[in-house]
Amino acid sequence: QGFFTLVNSLVTVSCGAVDRDVQQTRPDSRPEPPSESTPNQSHADHGHGSSAVGGIPVVTFKWHHVETPYQVALWILVAGLAKLVIEANHHVTNVIPESALLICFGFILGGIIWGADKVQTFKLNPTVFFFYLLPQIILDTGYSMPNKLFFGNMGAILVYAVIGTCWNAASLGLSLWGCHQGGAMGDLDIGLLQYLLFGSLIAAVDPVAVIAVFEQVHVNEVLFILVFGESLLNDGVTVVLFNVFDAFVSLGGARINAVEIIKGIISFFVVAFGGSLLGLVFGLLISLLTKVTQKVKIIEPAFVFVLGYLSYLTAEMLSLSSILSITFCGVSCQKYINANMAESSVSTVRYVMKVFANGSETIIFVFLGISAIDTEIWVWNTGFILLTLFFIFVYRIIGVFFLTWILNRYRLVPVEFIDQVIMSYGGLRGAVAYGLATLLNESKIKEKNLMICTTLLVVYFTVILQGITMKPLVNWLKVKKAAVSELTLIEKLQSKVFDHMLVAIEDISGQIGHNYMRDKWNQFEERWMTRILMKKSVRKSRDCVFKVFHQLNLKDAMSYVAEGERRGSLEFVRNESAFIDFKKKFVDDCSGAMPDITACMSDDYSAMSSMSRIDQVPSVSLEMHEQNMKGVRETEDINTHHLLQQHLYKGRKQHRHRYSRSHFNVNKDENEVQEIFQRTMRNRLESFKSAKMGVSPPKKISKHTKKDQQQKNGKRYFSERIKSMIGNVCIPLTPFPLGPAGIENPAYIPDLDPMAAEIPPWLAEYDAGPVAPSQRAQLRLPWTPSDLGRLAPLRISTRSNDSFAQADAPAAQQKDDEPPTPSKRDGRNM
Amino acid sequence: LAKSCPGQETVTLYLRGVALRGRRPRPAPPSTSPPPASTSHPIKQEDNLTETRLVSHSQITRLYSRFTSLDKGENGTLSREDFQRIPELAINPLGDRIINAFFPEGEDQVNFRGFMRILAHFRPIEDNEKKSVAVSEPLNSRTNKLLFAFRLYDLDRDDKISREELLQVLRMMVGVNISDDQLGSIADRTIQEADTNGDNSISFNEFIKVLEKVDVEQKMSIRFLH
Repeated sequence: QGFFTLVNSLVTVSCGAVDRDVQQTRPDSRPEPPSESTPNQSHADHGHGSSAVGGIPVVTFKWHHVETPYQVALWILVAGLAKLVIEANHHVTNVIPESALLICFGFILGGIIWGADKVQTFKLNPTVFFFYLLPQIILDTGYSMPNKLFFGNMGAILVYAVIGTCWNAASLGLSLWGCHQGGAMGDLDIGLLQYLLFGSLIAAVDPVAVIAVFEQVHVNEVLFILVFGESLLNDGVTVVLFNVFDAFVSLGGARINAVEIIKGIISFFVVAFGGSLLGLVFGLLISLLTKVTQKVKIIEPAFVFVLGYLSYLTAEMLSLSSILSITFCGVSCQKYINANMAESSVSTVRYVMKVFANGSETIIFVFLGISAIDTEIWVWNTGFILLTLFFIFVYRIIGVFFLTWILNRYRLVPVEFIDQVIMSYGGLRGAVAYGLATLLNESKIKEKNLMICTTLLVVYFTVILQGITMKPLVNWLKVKKAAVSELTLIEKLQSKVFDHMLVAIEDISGQIGHNYMRDKWNQFEERWMTRILMKKSVRKSRDCVFKVFHQLNLKDAMSYVAEGERRGSLEFVRNESAFIDFKKKFVDDCSGAMPDITACMSDDYSAMSSMSRIDQVPSVSLEMHEQNMKGVRETEDINTHHLLQQHLYKGRKQHRHRYSRSHFNVNKDENEVQEIFQRTMRNRLESFKSAKMGVSPPKKISKHTKKDQQQKNGKRYFSERIKSMIGNVCIPLTPFPLGPAGIENPAYIPDLDPMAAEIPPWLAEYDAGPVAPSQRAQLRLPWTPSDLGRLAPLRISTRSNDSFAQADAPAAQQKDDEPPTPSKRDGRNM
Repeated sequence: LAKSCPGQETVTLYLRGVALRGRRPRPAPPSTSPPPASTSHPIKQEDNLTETRLVSHSQITRLYSRFTSLDKGENGTLSREDFQRIPELAINPLGDRIINAFFPEGEDQVNFRGFMRILAHFRPIEDNEKKSVAVSEPLNSRTNKLLFAFRLYDLDRDDKISREELLQVLRMMVGVNISDDQLGSIADRTIQEADTNGDNSISFNEFIKVLEKVDVEQKMSIRFLH
């Protein structure tokens, strides 16, 4: 039956077919060929065996065999496509948050299913939701949690999560009960305890909904972490309250005494702290494991997921808070696994985590929408529903403002008024509440359907209406947004200085404050946790200032290389003497000025010629690069080799299929074959042409060390190219096996420019040396590659702004000066 | 964990006033068991100053008792040795720099007023302060906080952080695994980030500019100094 609707919905969605009523006549016969062309041909096949009677079947149709996984896969596909459609237009998602759109999409899909089937077969099933959809979202949030911010605001988050949620639950339950007693809802069979149970399941702010809405709003990080942290941590409270009241409902009002209540309170601590502790243990386990997995890099990321999931399941098994468990698992392991695992594994973990989390978030919202289309659950009770909505809204505001008022007396940075407004308005309920509502026991709670219905309405109301209005509200109230900060060394250094400074001041003034505690924790972590959980090699090379430096350099180097490739002068990669010269020069400059740096520097610089000023900027930049190379020499070397490796054509042997389960390689062979083929053809064409046009055959260069099977005629162009490069770049190209005539022979020089003018466009690209760098390495190679001086000041510091202009002028000048009269710079650098 | 001050029964103390009148003769040190009256007595004289912020009486009392407990020589002033006896400062990489910050140029003693004056840099900024019309900037203004941080680098007080000075601080801050060459290039790069006029050093203005986006008010404040 499930399959029916699925096929129907798919058919209807994709083909726009409407008339499927024929199928409804026999909704119980399950096997149905999923071929859309013959939807009614139901007797064709019955899974295994049925057609196996008459000998070996060529093709059997076994729908039953694959039914469940097939459906799952199709649903995932549908959800993914839904997201694709929704994200296609950014104008819509700018106004309406994606979560709301997905719910609406769910409405439509549910409507289609309903129209086809007249029964609701797909709902958000609590088992599926809690076991297969929720864990990865929470793991992702834990893993990408900004730890410092989170723990820095831990106190406030806990207050909101624990007291706030209890307040929400109690006030809502009691008020609804009061209204019921007052006769506002007519005839309902709900007692006080049931009201409290309902209150407890709907009290909690939902992490999935909050992430979905707040991620698109970009409020300031403190506000975000308060709402978001609360939504994560209140799960412990929700689970306990729900279980306690559930038990109370089963016990019946009369048998509840002080002992039970105390037991309930104790169970809160056990559930919450037990869950968190379990998560920590699993987090440490993951960290320990990743210390030793360098031999099995390819499955390294899987450990993170499996153990994270296990922490969730274990907590569930022990009836502890599973959300807290998996949150803290992610929070505690992130630092160590990021350091322990190979870089590729880390990015895999990050990426896969996001894929999972985003995927299940999408599915959850779609299913929340689909669940609405069900006549069974729609029990309307105006009083109950409207009052619930009203009370939820009002008590959230009261709770937030009251708690913030208390907290602000103790906070260093008080939560501002508009932030409080957003916090109260951000009390979004979501799928967790719905999942809990469907878990209610109908035999004990007569009005279960009313509760589900109300929960759904609350979810829609908060996610859709509040979600849509959140962004305008944030803009209208001018809530402080998250600042997009650029990574700079000085900020990093300064923030470290601030940390140490605050600790010192607390020490001096004899206060045991926030900073003191953090410092103690850092020391403890450094001394024990890091030692145990982190690989030795990583531990040594870990320093946050240096890390930032390294990242900046990598970024520079990448843009440098990119720019170099774009312009076609990558010589600096191969030619290290350039760096050394630059470096030496810089050191000379510096050491001259160093003794009295402040006094001399400015004079010194102003005294320098404009040429040297121009030189100065690139040299700093290059020097950085060189330092970087020194610092991480090995990786850098590997990178260089890698680069070379990548851009060299592989021999035929290596073209063979290479498949390995434990290695991951992107095969680019196809392109290379194409490239070589094209190049060869071009060569032939060119030699043919030159023969025809009477151009003298290129002079052979006798000495070349590397064999050059592709071009016989390419030599000449190559040497000319090199020459022109040298003329421009003025960097010795020692690694190139040039013929003796290559550079010095003045006979070539006159040809150069005429040739350049004559070169047809299809030849302009053509450039191949004995090393035969692939075309990818030198895409869009200009005929006269401009000099490196332009490349160098890539990192646009405020100073280099003007130096760009300055660097340009002599560059142009040099271009005019060519062919190769060694420029001043050349002389300097040599 | 931070001890909170009972906000209501605060005696208005004018730290800024104290700070501005640093040259006034220091009042006689109160007795070691600080009764509120005697502690606040010297400061009460400035009660009539206009703009300020509240410092709870108990805070002053507490800090004063901390001051006296640090003051092993019992002469009403603290010497460098007094500070160096604080065990945690010995393991703080910037400990010595911060101790130095407490001592005005050329002096090696600091009295309670000077002590408070330094600590006042770390007071959070409150809303009512922003509105108040200040004769001169309070010690906990953004600029003054940054100036304090700047002075930690600028040893020779020439209002510039030179490469050498930066290197010294970097050396304190990073682990031993970073070589001198690497550190040198980090320093170069850091200066390059901030340096706008090309003198290869960071002036105070450049320092302010480059830390524009940093929430200094928050990062250089300690709550309990309310």
